[in-house]
Amino acid sequence: MNKETKRVLIAETTFSWKKFFLKWEWFLVLIFIGINIMNSFISPYYLSVSGLLSATSSFLEKAFIVLPMVFILIMGDIDISVGSVVALSAVIMGESYNRLGLPMGLAIIICLLVGALCGFINGFILIKFKELAPMIVTLGTQILYRGIATMILKDQASTGLTSITWFSNLYWGSIFGIPYMLIVFIVFAVIFGYILHKTNFGRYLYAIGSNETAAHFSGVEVDKVRLITFTLTGLFSAVTAVFLASRMGSVRPNIAVGYELEAISMVVLGGISSAGGKGNFIGAIISIFIIGLLRYGLGLINIPSQVMLVVIGSLLILAVLIPQLNLGKYFRRKQGVVKEA
Amino acid sequence: MSEYILELKGVTKIFPGVKALDRVQFQLKAGEIHALIGENGAGKSTLIKVITGVHKPDEGEIFINGERVNFRGPKDAQKAGIAAIYQHVTAYPHLTVTENIFMGHEIVRNKVVQWKEMHKEASELLAKLDADFSATDEMQSLSVAQQQLVEIAKALSMKAKIIIMDEPTAALSKNESERLYEVTEKLRDDGASIIFISHRFDDIFRLASRATVLRDSKYIDQFDIEGVTEKELITAMVGREITEMFPKIDVEIGEDVLRVEGLSRTGFFKDVSFNVREGEILGLTGLVGSRRTEVVEAIYGITKLDKGHVYLNGKEIHVKGPRHAMELGIGLLPEDRQQQGLILDWGLGRNVTLPVMKDISKKGITDEAKERSLSKNLLETVGVKALSIFDKASSLSGGNQQKVVVAKQLASKLKVIILDEPTKGVDVGAKAAIYEIIGELAKQGYAIILISSEMPEILGLCDRVVVMCEGRVTGEFDRREVSQEKILEKAMAKRTIG
Repeated sequence: MNKETKRVLIAETTFSWKKFFLKWEWFLVLIFIGINIMNSFISPYYLSVSGLLSATSSFLEKAFIVLPMVFILIMGDIDISVGSVVALSAVIMGESYNRLGLPMGLAIIICLLVGALCGFINGFILIKFKELAPMIVTLGTQILYRGIATMILKDQASTGLTSITWFSNLYWGSIFGIPYMLIVFIVFAVIFGYILHKTNFGRYLYAIGSNETAAHFSGVEVDKVRLITFTLTGLFSAVTAVFLASRMGSVRPNIAVGYELEAISMVVLGGISSAGGKGNFIGAIISIFIIGLLRYGLGLINIPSQVMLVVIGSLLILAVLIPQLNLGKYFRRKQGVVKEA
Repeated sequence: MSEYILELKGVTKIFPGVKALDRVQFQLKAGEIHALIGENGAGKSTLIKVITGVHKPDEGEIFINGERVNFRGPKDAQKAGIAAIYQHVTAYPHLTVTENIFMGHEIVRNKVVQWKEMHKEASELLAKLDADFSATDEMQSLSVAQQQLVEIAKALSMKAKIIIMDEPTAALSKNESERLYEVTEKLRDDGASIIFISHRFDDIFRLASRATVLRDSKYIDQFDIEGVTEKELITAMVGREITEMFPKIDVEIGEDVLRVEGLSRTGFFKDVSFNVREGEILGLTGLVGSRRTEVVEAIYGITKLDKGHVYLNGKEIHVKGPRHAMELGIGLLPEDRQQQGLILDWGLGRNVTLPVMKDISKKGITDEAKERSLSKNLLETVGVKALSIFDKASSLSGGNQQKVVVAKQLASKLKVIILDEPTKGVDVGAKAAIYEIIGELAKQGYAIILISSEMPEILGLCDRVVVMCEGRVTGEFDRREVSQEKILEKAMAKRTIG
């Protein structure tokens, strides 16, 4: 098409050590190591296989919410109803078993379906009424879902779940010393990471988060992607509900309060911009362990929960401030800007 | 005392890469209504912004009553008695009429806002303008015409001597326009001097005593309206030579590819029909507000049609959305390439392949090697000036960004390519390159719809031209019979409704 010699573009990725080590994730790794050192001073038993595994189990059930929450934030959305979805799906699971007398296996399936439905409703409202902010819609459903859970159980608890050994084992059981829950989590984490970074769906998430209008004009089915992602978030909130119920052996309508903020904190600390379009999956995974182990360590020395909140809040503020300081600007390679002749 | 209340001499304004005003002169007599006319992009808006102190001229002088002034900002211009009423009313919809009128210059005594006094004065101003609403009404409850009266009242409340009206009739019905004419004449009789910008000859001949014509950022001529004809004004507005920028390639024109019949969308366009054939470049033109973009966005599935039929290769289609349009073979290069066309934060390669992710993946898993080679290939085809396919789209110039958007279209298997203002904000060299690409696409058999406000583009590139005015098709010309004058006459067609 051009008379002059064709301009050739570089299409090979180049690897640079400098760029590699300037990644945000290394900073997270440093914090992660620091927290582990701190914990090992607190408890002499911490740095053992069983110590680390029990520490991990203390927070891992919440981490299932973080996986789809990464998608939500990359899309530039937010979902603060997840804690209530955990409660509602857990309550319905407990009551399906206790009141309706359904087998536990079926109750779990119902739980997962309820979770997915809650997420679907969030997504459906958002794509039908585009002028509504996700924060407000999911605030509404947060109250709504919690309200339904409370209506079902009042101030009662649905107990007796410990009597089913296999259900109890979901949380407490292990194989070769590795908890089942950890295995399930690793499998899902790998799948979610793969979807985000290696598939079309992941690319669409980034596209929507970066520029929704351009994505729409480019044929990305924005509504479909949002609906799927919100449904997925509801579904994985229900997964959290299953493990939580397995751990506690009973469910009440006031469980999982504040889970949404913890999940969002983990995602944001992982370097995923709440404005959308930016961040890596691995960052969020490291952050799950940072916040989880930090809580665990502070819990060991009986730090009051209020102080714990102050520590975690400060860490989060610090984490979102550091990229603003623009420390990287001294290292950044100049971009190839080509001016027109 | 000078003869002119406002005079501009040799005003030049340069934006990065563009001369928006080139040694323009302008004279406004006290107590006259002076029309400022020219095509889209002729420099009218920039001139207004210089007069109102929004832009500082790079060269030239401004005189008010013969005294040289130097506006440091809009406040200075306001103090000098200049007020502007814009095409799109910039009001506070939730506040009352009084609050809107006095926004920014409230009557304050002892640090307390004097509401009573302001209401009284606002009511007096409205009475003077024969307004049929009250000063306590909420702004958003008013019609566009009424809101304009509020803006005029605001100008009067600031004791403006020079009032600029930027296409005030663009959104008004015939009766409303008539009311506005009366108000404008009243203002003049009360001693204000008025600059009236309009695309409508109705307005110009009804109101103005003199007219200044701008074209290509330059002052062209000044006319006394009495004794001048529409033709003379049009000639002054368009009289430009088409350079050799448009190497029209002869292409065998084939069968109908896209045909639309009776497209309507309430409030936007009505009964729009046209067709485009294989290898043909169809120009779709009109002035601002002609709703060309709205029509093609509906065809592409961004918005929904209320009525009408779309046929592709003779078969009726119902486009559900952009994805569906592309699968059928219709592509659109949107008007706003930075907001709609590209993800500026992304590399060029990823931008190009976003619409065709399905083709470069297996079971939803992206084949990155295939992606890189495809995007490299297409970006090289359109001749993007960049170093690598990983360069961010934001690092490119406007022309090169547009080439990336073109490359994006080429990735899909399209039959029809719609280009909405592809050379907007692009410099001359890159324009020529884009024209060349468009010609090449036609040669490859694409049916092309080119939306453009630039006459030379339409005349130089298109095989056929469809002219729109206020949401309707008002004319269609073949390449052999088309001229700038004919297009402009149809584009400014007298209103049939209202």
